[in-house]
Amino acid sequence: MIAIVDYGAGNISSVKKALEYVGAGAAVTTDPAIILSAEKIVVPGVGHFCRCQALNLHLREPVLNAISRGAPFLGICVGMQWLFEGSTEAPETPGAALLAGQCSRFPAEVKSPHVGWNRIELTGNSRLLRGIENGSFVYYTHSYRAPLVPATVASTCYGGAFSGAIERENVFGVQFHPEKSGKTGLKILENFCAI
Amino acid sequence: MKTSAPSDQLTKRIIACLDVDAGRVVKGVQFQQLRDAGDPAELARCHAEAGADEIVLLDITATSGERKTLVETVRRAARQLFIPFTVGGGIRTLQDAAGIFDAGADKVSINSAAVANPALIGEIANRFGSQAVMVAIDGKRGVNPPQEAEVFVSGGRRAAGKRVLDWVREAEDRGAGEILLTSMDRDGTGLGFDCELTAAVAGTVSIPVIASGGAGNAQHFLEVFSAGKADAALAASIFHFGTHAVAELKQALQDAGIPMRWPC
Repeated sequence: MIAIVDYGAGNISSVKKALEYVGAGAAVTTDPAIILSAEKIVVPGVGHFCRCQALNLHLREPVLNAISRGAPFLGICVGMQWLFEGSTEAPETPGAALLAGQCSRFPAEVKSPHVGWNRIELTGNSRLLRGIENGSFVYYTHSYRAPLVPATVASTCYGGAFSGAIERENVFGVQFHPEKSGKTGLKILENFCAI
Repeated sequence: MKTSAPSDQLTKRIIACLDVDAGRVVKGVQFQQLRDAGDPAELARCHAEAGADEIVLLDITATSGERKTLVETVRRAARQLFIPFTVGGGIRTLQDAAGIFDAGADKVSINSAAVANPALIGEIANRFGSQAVMVAIDGKRGVNPPQEAEVFVSGGRRAAGKRVLDWVREAEDRGAGEILLTSMDRDGTGLGFDCELTAAVAGTVSIPVIASGGAGNAQHFLEVFSAGKADAALAASIFHFGTHAVAELKQALQDAGIPMRWPC
């Protein structure tokens, strides 16, 4: 069973629907006990980084404990940004700091938000992106982005390169929305379910 | 293994619109092997498979009391749709929007209700995020310059007493994530988008602008993506002549140098 962590960050029904479509059992939950014992964990998220405060308050420990005992974790959009130290969008809200670096706004010379289909450049070996072709299109909608780090396995260029996907051991994250990225996105979710 | 970074490749989006009345798509569609040409769920899936980047379902049901039909339609359509899915028509309150999101939509499109109650934009954006709020605007200018284009509501029947450029600025300030701009002067004519008006709106806001109204051929899309500075273009009837329409359109635009999600 995959626990989809509900911390009040927008609409998460499409994530559940897509996971179920690729054959996974998934439950939306706010229950620390369920998260702690879940086989896998997904932290979705759209909107403002300050929403992560709700995650920090009640669910940070069970999520981090589940990660340390090896449960595969997938953060989507703000859920991926949360893996970093924080975001200039909400400086008072810390991230999980599993990855070094701050998320920041797109530079002024490009239109923000970055909304639509863009390519991912594969930059490293990845279990999450197994079978995904270099240059595949995925759907983004965000105004802040994570820097390139050693864990970056896919990057996208928009006002400079940023992390499209990260991967380190059992920790995975995607800035784009796999649940909205057509066949490419479904394949990525399928890969996650198979890990 | 590192390769060189790709150049900025944010693609221009081609959005297929389904006009739905009492749970049925109202414009004739001729997809091959379609079991039910009027079924929004099946049509949405066909458009997605044909290469549409996004689906907008607009409920044009004239009578009220069909909300349950719409929610059920959205639920069925969303079940097999894994590209962005927007629903509009008759969404007047945060509760209406919540019901549509719960049924599986990613974004709601609000038009007259946002004009009547601009605070609704912020209410939905605060709860579901700005990316989930598309403000739809029906604009009309006749022979006047874009700056004088006026907003119309109630399906284009009534002038709202606002200028389009003022309203888009306010909508963005209140938390809209995208603008869906329909030119009433061009809608249904097949004469091409109103590129001047679209460019004026795109120059006023920083959020994406979706152009609508007037699409007749690939050249019109090329114009609205270049001169019109649109981020996306929406059409209904032009896609209703077979599964190859979107493919041919995207290929033609890509050949003309417009970044497209193609092949996909």
